[in-house]
Amino acid sequence: MRKFVEKIVPLFSWMCGIVLLVAIAGVLGYLFLKGYRSLGLKLIFGTTPPLDAFLMRRPVFNGLFPAIVGTFSLVFLAICWAIPVGMAAGIYLAEYAQGKTKQILDLFFDVMAGLPSVVVGLFGFSVTVFLNRNLSGRIYPCLFISSIALAFLVLPYIIRTTQIALEGLPGSLRMTALALGASRLQNIVRVLLPQSLSGIISGVILAIGRCAEDTAVIMLTGVVASAGVPRSLLSPYEALPFYIYYISSQYVDQEELATGYGAAIILLFICLVLFGLAFLIKKRVNLYSLYRA
Amino acid sequence: MIRINEKTIEKFFFLSAFFSALVTCSIFAFLFVLGLPLFSGGRFFSIITQPWAPHLGHFGIYPMIAGTLAVSLLTMVVAFPLSLGCAILISVVDRGKMSWLLRKTVEMMTGVPTVIYGFVGIFLLVPLVREIFEAGSGMCVLSAVLMLTLLVSPTMILFFCDSFERVPRSYGDAVLAVGGTEIQKFLYVTLPHSWTGIVIGFTLSLGRALGDTLVALMIAGNAVQVPGSLFDSARTLTSHIALVFAADYNSMEFKAIFACGIFLYLFTTILVCAVRLVGGRRKMAG
Repeated sequence: MRKFVEKIVPLFSWMCGIVLLVAIAGVLGYLFLKGYRSLGLKLIFGTTPPLDAFLMRRPVFNGLFPAIVGTFSLVFLAICWAIPVGMAAGIYLAEYAQGKTKQILDLFFDVMAGLPSVVVGLFGFSVTVFLNRNLSGRIYPCLFISSIALAFLVLPYIIRTTQIALEGLPGSLRMTALALGASRLQNIVRVLLPQSLSGIISGVILAIGRCAEDTAVIMLTGVVASAGVPRSLLSPYEALPFYIYYISSQYVDQEELATGYGAAIILLFICLVLFGLAFLIKKRVNLYSLYRA
Repeated sequence: MIRINEKTIEKFFFLSAFFSALVTCSIFAFLFVLGLPLFSGGRFFSIITQPWAPHLGHFGIYPMIAGTLAVSLLTMVVAFPLSLGCAILISVVDRGKMSWLLRKTVEMMTGVPTVIYGFVGIFLLVPLVREIFEAGSGMCVLSAVLMLTLLVSPTMILFFCDSFERVPRSYGDAVLAVGGTEIQKFLYVTLPHSWTGIVIGFTLSLGRALGDTLVALMIAGNAVQVPGSLFDSARTLTSHIALVFAADYNSMEFKAIFACGIFLYLFTTILVCAVRLVGGRRKMAG
């Protein structure tokens, strides 16, 4: 029996490896085979000249430009909210919190990191409804609400990567500046943060990828199928992942479906580049930051 | 002057941490308060057990709970052996090109957007399942399970590899020194010593399979029923939230999605607590 198990395990592992490789090659290969023809300037700008689109002189009707601009502004806003709060919380957790406080905060952030994104989206939506009824009837799901909800989604990742990067620093490094008379804050800002920068940046890049690909949160908080380039923080907007989802069920002809494939390739490319960057900056990306719910 | 500034900044650190923890609580509070009408008057139990039939006044989410459990547990049934096999190939059986290729591929897979799996699922996997098994539309539990497997495996594989590497080298060297093979070393020493890592990887991936929206929404079919076989259509709690979302805000139908939200919140919280019980954050933090 033991001999048999020892023989079968390597065989089984080879089988698993090959199955996984074939499956993922199938998925990505299919996407590229079906989609590469639609790639090009026309996919993004439709019939509008690119320069006019960038300068907002003419709207783009049958291209991905509004969705791409929507995704970029969304990600930019969400990261802007999440970075200061997330890093500050991470610093507090690594350098100040102790004992019970630290344990409780730890638990909260673990729970938050494990929340399904659709639940965070539902929360964003409930808050919008609450504000609409109690504050002002002019508040509707919009770019601003979505970016806040997305910021909540990635907050735990940024907190964790900051905390882990700081806690991983050796004790000797921690003590040097303090021994020379630096204050606690000076030590953090001048010594510890610069030393742990690669870890923090790679965490932030992963968080950007998370924002760019998330669909469930924005579905519930203001993304729409066609809105043009977002005019203000309070307007509805388009986004790449939602466009892909929408096309997959609502396409009317092959041409529209082809734009869906094109959009999928663009989104995949953006996300893979971001992940590549994160791995490049920090050779061993923390496993915990790869986990997403 | 500098002192005052320093105190202010430190207060900002604390407030940020406090605010973030507050968000975690307020998410639950909002779901609970908005779903409250469902829970009043002893209706809580009926929510769990009743079927979903809005025209008859039944707003039970039992079919969705069953759908979620069926899809996510079956995903783990497929994904766990697959991931274990891949992890063994990467860290034990092969130390050459294949190991490198597989590891790089798996790392890359963690970056593939969920919606891509759903999209390719609709146009590649669903027709395949329909043709091969002659199973209705092809939008069924099986399709969702297969795509979700691709989604959750990479994290699990990386967790497993990591936990194998954590076993002290000297343990394994001892086996080799008395004439054991690499496989024997793995089966009788490494594997028994890395079970916490395996449990944690499994639990986190289960949480991800439970919480994923897009794959199930796009390829599981979304029929409100308790799936009876692999080829039945199913609706998960997450897709239910995404689908009913558009309905009238004041209806009971809409209130029921908050019950779904609460269940998802509780499920994932339980899993997170399980992970902490098994290994604590140190392990998880890698």
